[in-house]
Amino acid sequence: MKNRLLASAFVLAGAVAPAQAADPHLARNLAATCANCHGTGGRSVYEPLVGRPREKLLSMLADFRSGEHEATIMHQIVRGYTDEQLELIATWFSEQR
Amino acid sequence: MNLHRRDFLRATAATAAALALPRIASARARPHIVVVGGGFGGATTAKYLRMWSEGAVDVSLIERETAFVSCPMSNLVIGGLKKMADITLDYERLRSNWGVRVITDEALGVEPGRRSVRTARHGEIAGDRLVLAPGVAFESARIEGLTGNEERIPHAWKAGPQTAILRAQLEAMPDGGVFAMTIPRAPYRCPPGPYERACVVAHYLSTTKPRSKLLVLDANEGIIAKKALFERAFARYGTMIEYRPNSTLLAVDAATREAEFEFERVRADVLNVIPPMRAGELATRSGLALINDAWAEVDWLAFGARGMPGVHVIGDAVFPAPGMPKSGHMANQHAKVVAAAILNDLAGLPPNPTPVVMNTCYSFVDDRAAMHVASVHQYDAAKAQLLPVPGAGGLSEEASVAEGRTALKWAYHIWADTLE
Repeated sequence: MKNRLLASAFVLAGAVAPAQAADPHLARNLAATCANCHGTGGRSVYEPLVGRPREKLLSMLADFRSGEHEATIMHQIVRGYTDEQLELIATWFSEQR
Repeated sequence: MNLHRRDFLRATAATAAALALPRIASARARPHIVVVGGGFGGATTAKYLRMWSEGAVDVSLIERETAFVSCPMSNLVIGGLKKMADITLDYERLRSNWGVRVITDEALGVEPGRRSVRTARHGEIAGDRLVLAPGVAFESARIEGLTGNEERIPHAWKAGPQTAILRAQLEAMPDGGVFAMTIPRAPYRCPPGPYERACVVAHYLSTTKPRSKLLVLDANEGIIAKKALFERAFARYGTMIEYRPNSTLLAVDAATREAEFEFERVRADVLNVIPPMRAGELATRSGLALINDAWAEVDWLAFGARGMPGVHVIGDAVFPAPGMPKSGHMANQHAKVVAAAILNDLAGLPPNPTPVVMNTCYSFVDDRAAMHVASVHQYDAAKAQLLPVPGAGGLSEEASVAEGRTALKWAYHIWADTLE
């Protein structure tokens, strides 16, 4: 899983600014980009992300990226984020109650 | 739930305190942010400022309407598939859940030096920061004969009474009639929206008035969003839809519902003119720096208005970065970037150096099936812009009933994320 994600991270590296002094709210901000479809704070009735285990979220994201998990749209969206960003997002949702 | 209750209690106390104070920023012990415009951008900004600050900043939201009528899904009302009530929401939960002070009033302009907003009935409202989300203004004056006739020739491009007018005209149209719609040159609000409208109107006509004709007169050189998908969708309606690119509308005659183009004249039973657009009037009245004399110039880390410290502009009113659509989804995403940047700034921190925004847009092609376009935009420090990530995002392979269901869920979620 990790390798698959890493491979795409190299593709993305050119498009993304190198890590500067990280924002203290980076994970929260990134996770907020998911709210339009997954509810504020991931609290959707249909597709909740809140409180789900980090590893489970990361493996789902990796499967969307690889196409192993068929999707209408998530396979396209997941490719817009770096590995580091996906890990921050998954960790943030896993820590929400 | 606990978070909501805690914020509510704080908010109640804050509101009581605010009411006891004169309406000037210096009298407030706590930061006060004034947001103008209660659409997807402004309402989301107000909510996220209260949520992320855990009630530590006061937020006033100035909006002229008492109801929020969603542009996304409004084409379904025109096509007879939804009712106005289905796309109409209110601002009550911004008040009760988040303690946003919602002020129903017209913003007349901004006093950048005083960081205040002049209003029609509440005088001048000052804040420590201003966020302007004025949406779009319609340039009816650029089409001869249109100004003052928008009820007879509706645009229905801001959801509300205009949506109901266009629906009523379509219902009253006889079988065998002509429904003509005109599309302005890009950029305009919601790039795929006109083509979706054509599909759901054609669906209505094909089921109730099958001898009718739908003319789509597009000022652009071709369909500007989901092109191949819409071409297929149009083809499903056979000869009912006639699509004509490179058709710039010059004039209309409200009495006869005739539309004049460079090389032709069209007479319609229903004439739906979507006029050219620019940033909402507040942008012009406030003297914001505009690009092409139309759209507000901002920086992409904090959406700061150029040359106006402490004033931010988001949503459709902004001159878009490359590949960035004017959409409700995108405005909701702008809102989160600006809310985070303002809270950082109040805490003495720079804005997040790596903001990300994304967009999803669903279009219905009939009463059940929809298709999407999606994109993710990362900040490029060298270009100082939010740019689409190559290889990410994309289109549906085809419209489907499954995506039609997803589209309705998307609306439910974004309405809640914006207003609840």
